[in-house]
Amino acid sequence: MFETAKRRQPLWLLAELTYKCPLQCPYCSNPLDFASAGQELTTEQWIDVFRQARKMGAAQLGFSGGEPLVRQDLEILIAEARRLGYYTNLITSGIGLNAQRIAHFHDAGLDHIQVSFQASDEEVNQMLSGSAKAFAQKLKMAREVKAQGYPMVLNFVTHRHNIDQIDRIIELCVELEADYVELATCQYYGWAFENREALLPTRAQLERAERITNEYRERLAAQGHPIKLIFVTPDYYEERPKKCMNGWGELFLTVTPDGTALPCHSARMLPLTFPNVKDHSLSHIWNDSEGFNYFRGKGWMKEPCRSCDEQDDDLGGCRCQAYMLTGDMHNADPVCAKSEHHSLIVEARLAAEGDVSTAMTFRNERNSRVFFKG
Amino acid sequence: MNAAVPVINRMFRLQWEEAQEAWVLLYPEGMVQLNASAAEILTRVDGQKTIEEIQRELLTKYPEAEGLEQDVNDFFAHAQTLNWIRYV
Repeated sequence: MFETAKRRQPLWLLAELTYKCPLQCPYCSNPLDFASAGQELTTEQWIDVFRQARKMGAAQLGFSGGEPLVRQDLEILIAEARRLGYYTNLITSGIGLNAQRIAHFHDAGLDHIQVSFQASDEEVNQMLSGSAKAFAQKLKMAREVKAQGYPMVLNFVTHRHNIDQIDRIIELCVELEADYVELATCQYYGWAFENREALLPTRAQLERAERITNEYRERLAAQGHPIKLIFVTPDYYEERPKKCMNGWGELFLTVTPDGTALPCHSARMLPLTFPNVKDHSLSHIWNDSEGFNYFRGKGWMKEPCRSCDEQDDDLGGCRCQAYMLTGDMHNADPVCAKSEHHSLIVEARLAAEGDVSTAMTFRNERNSRVFFKG
Repeated sequence: MNAAVPVINRMFRLQWEEAQEAWVLLYPEGMVQLNASAAEILTRVDGQKTIEEIQRELLTKYPEAEGLEQDVNDFFAHAQTLNWIRYV
């Protein structure tokens, strides 16, 4: 969504304020061992991060988590970010929100609220979020967000269990007057990778969903409806990898709850050392740290990427996916048909065609402790 | 003659970005860097001035610019398709 910057600047700052969350979605992108993370940054430490990043060119600030609403100082952080000139985005499940809080955020200068949904009906939503009341609360809050005049993005992570409801999902978004809708097919990192077998849709499911989305796009456009439907295909059904994060350390800077700085929110899983904002200035972190420089440029590439004539299109794809699937983060992303490990992706697609187990590991403290002890 | 009064859509925020030495439009999770002429026009959009008044201001500032009125009309037509502006 960004036009290319002339210089390398962290235009997008993602502030993962906390790993605490009342929901337990089995596709959460937080690390599996989030329960082992250190102490959360204080209000003053976050404000200092915002100030430094703004000086380095950051213009978009996402408040994320976990559930950012858990932070009692959120209003203060929003006000300070807005004062610094950020476009402020609150990325929330809506759990913990109420009309008064939405109004306070508005007064603090919040620009936009993104509400994530698990499904278009209560039953599936409950199964996925682990909360019975979540769906009704989300509907109520989405209506309140619009009633108070905010731009609103609705985000549905789609997968095997809800992708066949895509028509109902879109209709719900139209009814709720969303400005943008992200129909984001689950990406298999963190908890989603753990639950991949139970989440990956079949090719037929995916093609049907994309066709229906296109039909809605045409119909809505013909009505002059301003809603924008963004359909994110899962790379598991592609033959070339995605240009992950638009290039490592080119545009995105994530700061995790304990202050660890990452070039993308998944990168913590890699066997690299990432700097902490408590120990270093952001300028040092962005420009000079080993973690941010490691995959910049193309010098790190192995074959087949090194001599590939498409290397600039995708920069070898996602480093985390290469590491998770092949054990070597320097390998080509196995999504690429030129990768010697591409069969791993093909096998996952084939497995999705059969009867799959619906058992999933839900993202919660108890399960997370298993991952960091084990 | 164009008496329509454009205003920037609430979804977007027009802002000078020092780091990029450019005017930008910020919107949910995105940003567009504006070229000089787009910035000259959009910075005059305030929900008060008509398109005609904006054209007149620009003609005063750039008396030698050829086809300026048409360029401004084209810009507003394009900006509306991008949902950047609406009319009061």
